[in-house]
Amino acid sequence: MNALWLTARLDIAESLRARWFMFYSLVFGGIVVLLFVFGLTESRILGFTGLSRLLVTYIQLCVAILPIFILITTVRSVAGDRDAGVFEYMLSLPVPLHAWFWGKMIGRFVVVFLPVFGAMALAAVYATVRQIGVDWSLFVLYTALLVALAWAFLGIGMLISTVARSPDVAQTGAFLIWLGLLLFLDLVLLGVMIREQLPLELVVGIAVANPLQSFRTAAILLFDPQMLVVGPAAYVILDGFGRAGYLAFAIAYPVALGTVCAGIGYHLFRRGDLP
Amino acid sequence: MITFDNVSKIFKRHTVLDGVSLAIETGERVALVGSNGAGKTTLIRCLLGEYLHEGMVRVGGLDPRANRKVVLSRVGFVPQIPPPLKMPVGELVNFSAAVCGSDPDRIVAMVRELGLDWDRVRRLPFVKLSGGMKQKMLIGIALGRDADILIMDEPAANLDPEARHIFFHQLHERKDNAVMLITSHRLDEVAALVNRVIEMDQGKVALDDRVADDVEMTARLDCAIRLTRAESAFAKAMAEWRFASDDGGINWRGVVNGPDRLRFLGVLARYAGLIAGIEMK
Repeated sequence: MNALWLTARLDIAESLRARWFMFYSLVFGGIVVLLFVFGLTESRILGFTGLSRLLVTYIQLCVAILPIFILITTVRSVAGDRDAGVFEYMLSLPVPLHAWFWGKMIGRFVVVFLPVFGAMALAAVYATVRQIGVDWSLFVLYTALLVALAWAFLGIGMLISTVARSPDVAQTGAFLIWLGLLLFLDLVLLGVMIREQLPLELVVGIAVANPLQSFRTAAILLFDPQMLVVGPAAYVILDGFGRAGYLAFAIAYPVALGTVCAGIGYHLFRRGDLP
Repeated sequence: MITFDNVSKIFKRHTVLDGVSLAIETGERVALVGSNGAGKTTLIRCLLGEYLHEGMVRVGGLDPRANRKVVLSRVGFVPQIPPPLKMPVGELVNFSAAVCGSDPDRIVAMVRELGLDWDRVRRLPFVKLSGGMKQKMLIGIALGRDADILIMDEPAANLDPEARHIFFHQLHERKDNAVMLITSHRLDEVAALVNRVIEMDQGKVALDDRVADDVEMTARLDCAIRLTRAESAFAKAMAEWRFASDDGGINWRGVVNGPDRLRFLGVLARYAGLIAGIEMK
């Protein structure tokens, strides 16, 4: 079997036995269970009921917790593995560096994406069995957005893990980056920047570059056509992109960002000390 | 086969390797000794292509960093501290065999020969094994394939006497066709395994000497010890070497692996005042 897939499989086997993975799966599975228990499928928000209502809420919770989960678990395990001597041993085996790095990235993507998607898929199956309405186009779109978000933060996490030489530094860096992206959401610091009449290009540029913002705007776009809760920067961006264009951007941009970050991480990994 | 040409490594203005030049040929069994921070591990990591460095390292004429697959396919590496891998032991063996292009059954056979109950451990997470079991697994992975460069960091430290004997036997079988680089803090741990000693100090080669050794690595020496009186501390030390006494602790008999004799004599030295006679043959 190809060394890349062997490494990916190994990383999956390693992660499935880690405590963080159990906790991570429980959190996302637990969110869906709680949303069902609290009867969210029965309530209505901005015209959404049934499973669509649950999905909308679930995706809003994902934007808050998924990125930090991915960042912290990725940097802890990758930088932690290097610190604990795992890299020293595993990279003494004749596995190519590209296979090791990208295999880890793919393996990690599988373990961070599957619990999030699995919880959503189980909810859809349950809703179908209980004959609660399922909007499959929304389901597919949210799956694509989750793929994009997970890939973006995984790429950022791999870059941080490569740059930081210790798990503590990596973890602090990951937390600060997440906090920065969270603060520059449309309704937080960007709102303040607009009120302070800073250049619109700067505000829009920050909003476009923030993968959290693109995920949030794309998720909200579908159920808030009047864009009451989207925020001013997103309003301007949407005006330029159009609805379909923005959805395409919100999926393509995070994937590109994650790939570029991971690519830089790989470049630094290949050209530096390995363990 | 292996050459280090003026190799230096600096970490944040701290020189860890300082112009090391060495040539190691097939058939050489090298003890790489030195205190903590002497540069042993850094030198090995340069050899494995894991560190960037100044100067040149060549294995069979190839740069290990630029030719990882070719060079590392020849290397069997046993680190001093086993990696804390959570994956099942069977998964580790399959991965190692697959990337090395070897047969996992050979590794399993080697692990079994070293005394590990494969059927019991194969599904256990590697990190949950005892220190000795981990070392047997890593030795099994290193020796269970066609590696002709063996790099081992305190390889026998956690092995029981029987496993040590099998391990020494395996090294003996490869001694003419392989390069062995065995690191240790203490020369007496590895002296009898090697025919060359390189001592490192503050990143430099402080001593490079050949060793004459007339005792085969696979030899087992019958040993008899006579004491002036019985002593419980001595009895405890001898129990670890699986020695027995049939007269209440005055006369002791047992078998010592050839390469272990220096270490064994080191233990006896602690009880020199009690010893009336020693015979090893």
